[in-house]
Amino acid sequence: MIARLFACLLLAALCAGVTPVAAQAPVDLTFYYPVAVGGPVTKIIDGLAADFEKENPGIRVKPIYAGTYQETIVKVLTALKSGEPPQMSVLLSTDMFTLIDEDAIVPFDEMATTADDRAWLKRFFPAFMLNSQTGGKTWGIPFQRSTIVLYWNKEAFKEAGLDPNRPPATWVEQVEYARKLTKHDAGGNVTQWGLEVPSSGFPYWLFQGFTTQNDVLLMNQGGNETYFDKPAVVEALQYWVDLSVKHKVMPTGIIEWGTTPKDFFERKTAMMWTTTGNLTNVKNNAKFEFGVAMLPAGKRRGSPTGGGNFHIFKKSTPAQQAASLKFIKWITSPTRAAQWGIDTGYVAVRGDAWDTPAMKQYVAGFPAAAVARDQLQYAVAELSTHDNQRVTKALNDGLQAALTGAKTPEQAMKDAQREADRILRPYRR
Amino acid sequence: MSGGPGASALTPGRLLETVGAWLLGILWALPLAYAVWTAFHPGEFSTHFVLSAPLTLGNFWAGWAAAPFARYFLNTTLLVAMILAGQLVLCTLAAYAFARFAFAGRAAAFLLVLVQLMIMPDVLIVENYRTMSHLGILDTLGAIGLPYMASAFGIFLLRQTFKTVPKELDEAARVEGAGALETLWRVYVPLARPVYIAYGLVSVSYHWNNFLWPLIVTNSVQSRPLTVGLQVFSSTDQGVDWSIITAATLMTSAPLLVAFLIFQRQFVQSFMRAGIR
Amino acid sequence: MLRRGWRLAVGALSVNSSGWRVHVEGWLLLLPAAVLLVAFTHYPAAATLYHSFFSNPKPGRPPVWVGADNYRAMLEDPVFWQVLGNNVWFALGTIPVSIALALLMAVWVNGRIPGRWFLRLSFFTPTVLPMIAVANIWLFFYTPGYGLLEQITGLLGLPSHNWLGSRSTALGCLVVVTVWKEAGFFMIFYLAALQSLSPHLAEAAALMGASPWYFFRRVTFPLLMPTTLFVLVNAVINSFRLVDHIVVMTKGGPDNATALLLYYIYDVGFKFWDQAYAAALTLVLLLILATVALGQFVLLDRRVHYR
Repeated sequence: MIARLFACLLLAALCAGVTPVAAQAPVDLTFYYPVAVGGPVTKIIDGLAADFEKENPGIRVKPIYAGTYQETIVKVLTALKSGEPPQMSVLLSTDMFTLIDEDAIVPFDEMATTADDRAWLKRFFPAFMLNSQTGGKTWGIPFQRSTIVLYWNKEAFKEAGLDPNRPPATWVEQVEYARKLTKHDAGGNVTQWGLEVPSSGFPYWLFQGFTTQNDVLLMNQGGNETYFDKPAVVEALQYWVDLSVKHKVMPTGIIEWGTTPKDFFERKTAMMWTTTGNLTNVKNNAKFEFGVAMLPAGKRRGSPTGGGNFHIFKKSTPAQQAASLKFIKWITSPTRAAQWGIDTGYVAVRGDAWDTPAMKQYVAGFPAAAVARDQLQYAVAELSTHDNQRVTKALNDGLQAALTGAKTPEQAMKDAQREADRILRPYRR
Repeated sequence: MSGGPGASALTPGRLLETVGAWLLGILWALPLAYAVWTAFHPGEFSTHFVLSAPLTLGNFWAGWAAAPFARYFLNTTLLVAMILAGQLVLCTLAAYAFARFAFAGRAAAFLLVLVQLMIMPDVLIVENYRTMSHLGILDTLGAIGLPYMASAFGIFLLRQTFKTVPKELDEAARVEGAGALETLWRVYVPLARPVYIAYGLVSVSYHWNNFLWPLIVTNSVQSRPLTVGLQVFSSTDQGVDWSIITAATLMTSAPLLVAFLIFQRQFVQSFMRAGIR
Repeated sequence: MLRRGWRLAVGALSVNSSGWRVHVEGWLLLLPAAVLLVAFTHYPAAATLYHSFFSNPKPGRPPVWVGADNYRAMLEDPVFWQVLGNNVWFALGTIPVSIALALLMAVWVNGRIPGRWFLRLSFFTPTVLPMIAVANIWLFFYTPGYGLLEQITGLLGLPSHNWLGSRSTALGCLVVVTVWKEAGFFMIFYLAALQSLSPHLAEAAALMGASPWYFFRRVTFPLLMPTTLFVLVNAVINSFRLVDHIVVMTKGGPDNATALLLYYIYDVGFKFWDQAYAAALTLVLLLILATVALGQFVLLDRRVHYR
């Protein structure tokens, strides 16, 4: 009996002694991420995760592709409510308020405590931090960020008698060029549209292009007030609706986001508005010379920023949080941010990434890659409020109603504003 | 209208009918046929129909590589098998009870069972999700399958079948000293075999193709079935390559489709049998 | 060993009359299924009613009793009314058409049409495909500019149309997809019924000089009434239950033109996480389904008496 007890104690002591010497159990990290652009993005992300694991043998990273931005936030919140959230996630930067309200994420200031870390936080483009900070804290780190840009088909420009190297620079020019570029066949049907601005899924983002160019903002910094029914906003919507209804340079009805680039490749449209994140996709698939430009100016140039930030979730161990921070810092280091930008077309999120030799060489050979970055000086925050999904749905519905002719722009925006007010009222106390 | 044995001559009426039926049949087959065509030809031809386009399996390889379809196949197979197994056991026991045991409250209980014919777990997604969350089994195959294992349809069907078993056989088994369960196993189950096969085919078809509830209840690749995997994969925000998407679509429907093509008659007869009251 | 255990258990429980045994054994047999049924059908239905009277739970803010607030908000919600209207139109669009087509297909497949194995295959195949797959295929067709439909209309010289992107045609497009998938399924039930009809009836009618159409209208169709009822109920349930195609093709758009009730419940419950409002909406859905069930019960009763 005593011998057995002694043996057990010895065994326990051995185990206790052995454990600190043995390798620490690996830290497991999972993160959900969306993809909203064409190209082998999931492969790139998997490759990045593998590279990180090689350099950091104690950490295992598992990226999980979760669909669109909207599908990803649903999955993340579902996981959160079931008690098993991931450790990190790439989510639409505008979901920040929702995540804070659900008590889901940790601000980076609590984890990034060393002087080095603080310096790292300051290196991102301020335009991208607009949707990442609130209440003096940083809740998200920019990763796959973008702005809207105008792509144009240089060959189509030549055919229409336009200077192929001169994109439209103002709203008036945009309509004018689009008119010249819209081609009809013998029966009067359109074979090539002048311009396509997608309106499916999240038309509010493209709408922010128009409103920023008309010098008006859609919400306040605190995320509890919206201004959908301001006259300048209605004006911007009228311009968008007129493109298809009055000037007939754009298809009527809802234009699908996912098929707009393909329309461009198939020459069904000569110009398109879409994210700079599609740049590499367009470069690989357009069989003609094309250009990329900042969006035309209304009263001023402008575009919303877009895309996803990295967030770290509260419900993870301190070891996991530290590992997550390590991964995020690694993936946003200058060389990697630059490589990510080159591989996709997203804007490398920090200034020094653009100074790396790889990026410099890329931009020298392909100046289109720098357009989105240059547009950052005119960029505004993307629409982001409390209960974000609901408020954006109200706006999206209104936009789609106006674009399909079911409501006038004024009525659509008034209804959207009323709905937004109803949703945001509890957050104004 | 074909009235039966009287109409055997090739009258203009019959000719019209034949042509009409064939047109409808071709129209009905057209979407799937085009999808198959697109899946087997390279991406450029998905939007330009050229008869001489080269055949390729590249889309299938690309689709297979782009998402963990092998895991999805495994998940779906396990899920469907698990649900069927659960249904066979639970519904057999319950149907036997309803058919042969005049227990107190039988009529009321049967009515309550029939409620599920109308109010399926599919429409109670919010509450069932909450239940799964409390049970802590979210994101598992069990969470997908549990609500379906007690199938009112199965109970109903088997009860009908068991009621037609002659009582003499039952009594004969009892005389030999068999208890309730053994009688069930030795007498009733073998006699109901065609119904079991029919029900099995219907159940497998239904659960292989189920989407909304698995979408809500699963998060990770570990438990995702094919339907959810396909939808995540073909999310249109990425910019669509229709050839790859149709290839992936065919891959996910292939097992059922192939099984159907081979066992057509059994499939059709099963669904027929399941519908006859 | 099972038998022995069972005998022991029953022996221990039963008093000396077989009456006891019947009740106990019956309930024991029913128990496993009953547990699951109650847990995943009856309890959630009741819980839905209960939760619809509370506010939405959020971290740090447990739900409070709000009475009929959720229902008031529902009645004032224009999207709710739109969605309800959509469901009605969708049902009206899919149910009569798919039933009529199913009957037609069954008659053709049952008759002497040459090559009817092909017809049966063609009509029934969409049924075994997952709705997700069907929706993806049709999404491809409806794509403006170069989808199959566009190519066909282009050949015919008709103008391009944005089928899924315009409010007037989007719901119609979904109706077409649903009919394509469902008609074959209903055809099978009609086929079963037709094959169970006695051929003597047709012979007798032919002898008496009745035209095939007359025979169909006055004899076949009434005899198929039970099947039609069964198919009708199935179709109604499906029109409320199947929303997979919305998730793939339109996500409820444009501007809620294609949102159905279950899809709206999914949006509210799992995108906005307003579980209280989702409960209220679910209750409406349950009431509709219960009404249909009651209607079927009453009609069935009448049929039984009629027989």
